[in-house]
Amino acid sequence: MNRFDYARPATIAEAVALAAEPGATYLAGGTNLLDLMKGDLVRPARLVDVTHIPGLDAIEPLADGGVRIGALVRNADLAHDADFARRFPAIAEALLAGASAQLRNAATAGGNLLQRTRCAYFYDAASACNKRTPGAGCDARGGETRMQAVLGWSEHCIATHPSDFCVPLVAFDAIVEIEGPKGRRECPLEHFHRLPGDTPERESDLAPGEMITAVRLPGAAAQFAGHARYLKVRDRTSYAFAIVSAAAALRLDGETIVEARLALGSVAAKPWRAHAAEALLAGAQANEANFRRAAEAALAEARPAGANGYKIELARRVVRRAFILAHAGTPARIQALPASPFATGALRHV
Amino acid sequence: MSLSLSLTVNGIARTLDLADPRVTLLDLLRDRLHLTGTKKGCDRGQCGACTILLDGRRINSCLALAISHDGADILTIEGVAQGDQLHPVQAAFIAHDGLQCGYCTPGQIMSAIGLLREAQTGDDPERVREAMSGNLCRCGAYAGITAAVLDAQRSMADAGRAHAA
Ligand SMILES: Cc1cc2nc3c(=O)[nH]c(=O)nc-3n(C[C@H](O)[C@H](O)[C@H](O)COP(=O)(O)OP(=O)(O)OC[C@H]3O[C@@H](n4cnc5c(N)ncnc54)[C@H](O)[C@@H]3O)c2cc1C
Ligand code: SF4
Ligand code: FES
Ligand code: FES
Repeated sequence: MNRFDYARPATIAEAVALAAEPGATYLAGGTNLLDLMKGDLVRPARLVDVTHIPGLDAIEPLADGGVRIGALVRNADLAHDADFARRFPAIAEALLAGASAQLRNAATAGGNLLQRTRCAYFYDAASACNKRTPGAGCDARGGETRMQAVLGWSEHCIATHPSDFCVPLVAFDAIVEIEGPKGRRECPLEHFHRLPGDTPERESDLAPGEMITAVRLPGAAAQFAGHARYLKVRDRTSYAFAIVSAAAALRLDGETIVEARLALGSVAAKPWRAHAAEALLAGAQANEANFRRAAEAALAEARPAGANGYKIELARRVVRRAFILAHAGTPARIQALPASPFATGALRHV
Repeated sequence: MSLSLSLTVNGIARTLDLADPRVTLLDLLRDRLHLTGTKKGCDRGQCGACTILLDGRRINSCLALAISHDGADILTIEGVAQGDQLHPVQAAFIAHDGLQCGYCTPGQIMSAIGLLREAQTGDDPERVREAMSGNLCRCGAYAGITAAVLDAQRSMADAGRAHAA
């Protein structure tokens, strides 16, 4: 780990001023940043610790039925907030399917959005990586590609964004609230993360020095509460990143779908909203044949980035299963193994 | 420039000077305060051996920058027994063979104490296993660990009822 300057602002304005320095980086829970610094993969000249700024850790209900989640709300506190979990059950389930209880107690909402990829070559300082060193090349190409992207990748980078939280957030039109040297602005989460193109080092819409202050969900998101699920396939049932995940939600009138929402995780450099699949389901009957068509549409543009073609068929099946589970109804209580296809009862509807 | 850090560790208030902000809570506990009960397994958040309670909540001390937690109240494995009287979770780990080599055990016990405070699992062993998944055990003592957590929860509830009566 490199030596750095440590700063502890007491206000957002102070934080933004301190972060204007080149090489400055915000520190929240530290669960991703410290890991990367220990590997010398990130070498900030200054850490701007935002965790002592008051007022950023609130979960505030909004007049339209939505909610504002402060950037410092810990992942565990959000998942266990009874009102939040009742109105946004797929988001609570996704949070509880991520990392471990210890990490969720430390990880913040803002940090979760900005966590870096888990590409093994990105994590290995001896490998060439365009994200770490623009123009260096990408050792993942032609290497071990099992976990890499199948959507939206480029020849410059095939890494995925590994967040679980972001997947239902993007399905429900979350908005990121940002404060920076040029003042306050907001950005839909769908446009917040970037696809790699030829600048994989630019991962988000944030300009240097900008910080996330909150994530907002519109009231419309709560209308899916009765039929909203997150499903995550991973190498082990807990404490593992997704191979593929999906957030699926339905608004039903009898057996007719009024509106559907779908996003996929760990398939691209961003949480992947599947608008074409949603459009196909709007007005359709809620049945397995239609869920299958939606899954086909969601993966229509997918192509393997190496030996990971299996993820395309896996993703189709995860989408289909997630809709089957959403259609069956959100369970009254999050299942013992959150988002797991192996949870007791999870296979009942298939 | 040296940084000053105040912590309460196992009930004792401490003020420390840090010559360098790079130190994690784990290294501070082990190397500065010589509380070596908290173990370093992976140093990367991947094993749970370094679990402590920070302001009553379980976290991985290897991924916590000490200076960021100025003012915090910390509980480590050294602080859970009352003199010679073991914490109910410690006693339950012994009663149920919840360990073999013991390396992961301080982290398991701190995690279990955190789990019981969170009160999310009830008596469902599947929920206990899920809630303990952040603690790996290379000896595979998982069956005993789950039994110990459930047993400690029962004995603490009984003691609580006896106390209230
Ligand atoms: C072993 C392990 C397993 C994990 N498993 C999962 C998993 O299954 N699913 C999952 O989704 N995640 C998983 N994670 C990742 C975890 O969710 C993230 O590390 C965590 O959410 C990051 O939050 P943080 O507050 O600790 O961020 P930090 O580590 O403090 O910061 C992360 C990044 O965000 C920036 N940042 C933080 N807050 C702000 C802000 N307010 N404004 C601007 N920039 C900011 C930092 O500069 C840094 O670049 C795992 C992590 C570990 C170590
Ligand atoms: S896939 Fe992206 S993150 Fe991984 S080595 Fe290539 S450039 Fe780096
Ligand atoms: S040493 Fe902290 S999680 Fe392994
Ligand atoms: S008892 Fe040996 S690692 Fe758990």
